Amino acid sequence: MHQHTAEPAAVAPAVRASGLHVNRGRTKILRGLDFTIDAGRITGLLGPSGSGKTTLMRAIVGAQRPSSGTVTVLGKPAGAAALRHEVGYVTQSPSVYPDLSVEANVRYFGAMHGATAADTAEAIAAVGLEDFARQRTIDLSGGQLSRVSLACALVARPSLLVLDEPTVGLDPVLRAELWERFATMAAAGTTLLVSSHVMEEASHCSSLLLLREGLLMASLTPAELGERGHSVDLEQAFLHLIREAEGKPSRRNRNESQVA
Amino acid sequence: MNPRMMLATSRRVLDQLRHDRRSIALILVVPALLLTAVYYLYENETLPPGVPRTFDRVGLMMLAIFPFVVMFLVTSITMLRERTSGTLERLLTTPIHKADLLFGYAIAFSIMAALQSLVATAVAYWIFDLDIKGSPGYVVMIAVINAVLGVALGLLCSAFARTEFQAVQFMPVVVVPQILLCGLFVARERMNDVLENISNVLPLTFSVEALKEIASNSEATRLMWDDATVIGIIVVGVLVLASLTLRRQTR
Repeated sequence: MHQHTAEPAAVAPAVRASGLHVNRGRTKILRGLDFTIDAGRITGLLGPSGSGKTTLMRAIVGAQRPSSGTVTVLGKPAGAAALRHEVGYVTQSPSVYPDLSVEANVRYFGAMHGATAADTAEAIAAVGLEDFARQRTIDLSGGQLSRVSLACALVARPSLLVLDEPTVGLDPVLRAELWERFATMAAAGTTLLVSSHVMEEASHCSSLLLLREGLLMASLTPAELGERGHSVDLEQAFLHLIREAEGKPSRRNRNESQVA
Repeated sequence: MNPRMMLATSRRVLDQLRHDRRSIALILVVPALLLTAVYYLYENETLPPGVPRTFDRVGLMMLAIFPFVVMFLVTSITMLRERTSGTLERLLTTPIHKADLLFGYAIAFSIMAALQSLVATAVAYWIFDLDIKGSPGYVVMIAVINAVLGVALGLLCSAFARTEFQAVQFMPVVVVPQILLCGLFVARERMNDVLENISNVLPLTFSVEALKEIASNSEATRLMWDDATVIGIIVVGVLVLASLTLRRQTR
């Protein structure tokens, strides 16, 4: 792998979207997105709730068919059968079997990728749930439950890991631990796409996609966001960008949102 | 098809059931209890000599109907949970083939159905002296095929229900007409043409016919195997339809 940070163009992007539109019924959820996601990096997908983050993530993992435009993941069209070993997806609400133990959950999802018992144990240890391996997930706390869901994705050792709001409901200590884990995975070559509506988490990412009302407001680094938004507080910076966008009624998002 | 993923699914489904002791007890014990009730319902009937007891006819058919009804309910609710909890969507982003998932379910619930019909058949045979000419092994076989039919229809119907409440409402739609028209209440030859024609294409009709063959012949007959084959074909057809309702992609 090329890891020369000085020339990022040498590494093919893990995800490339062009002209991506997604409509559900008459609602336009994604309205023409063009972006790339660097391989082996953490990319943050940020935006208010309802901005289309989950739909975009589902389009990348292949669960949502684009109405028009294309999404290419690791060189193949999103959702291609060959990608199912490569792409891991952790949904916002933990999708695990509540009546099974932590171990049984991770083992089952691992079985889809030929994982061994050691792989299962490793994934459980990675989310710090060794002591709870034999407990039923229904008896766990909300934060533990979302970590079980994460372990079920880690056990497959995906090259692209898509995480929808993984830090919601976690206490600050766990959140910090999780971001450390993501950084370790990225350093080992995994591409991560992490959504959040908490702007302070943006600083953990090497680049950011800012989504608003189904449109990509900006694709930049956290430092650039601070600069363009005239604030070191990334939340303030984001708000500034939004107000700037709203101050220009010629932006097509105003017109289109009224049509929809 | 991938046997590892299919068996992992069966193991997972059984593992889920294992934690639910009350459901296991209900699945295993209720048919035997209902059979007992049927036996005592007809306990005092007076029959001319040579005429078989009503229990021998009704009890036998109930051995095939129980696993069908129970597995239909269990499967449609379990599969609906899988659809609504997000685990199905997650599974379908993994390499698992839809057939692995459906047949994994079918295998797990068939094992439960086999246990259920073993208990019910043993009670009918040893406690209430169910009088049939053929082997009780064939009765269990037909019961298991019926259970798989219930599993297949349950998997299919779960696609058309949004809530568990709706899923249960499919029972009167899918299951009750088959019980009414299978020949249990009125012999099929005595039905009017419309009902008989409907009865001719309902899967449960073939099971009841196969059981009658087992009851009146000491050896397995050609007709019994034909009936079993027809139900098998229907099961595969319904499973294929069910797999079409599992979509990896939202449009």
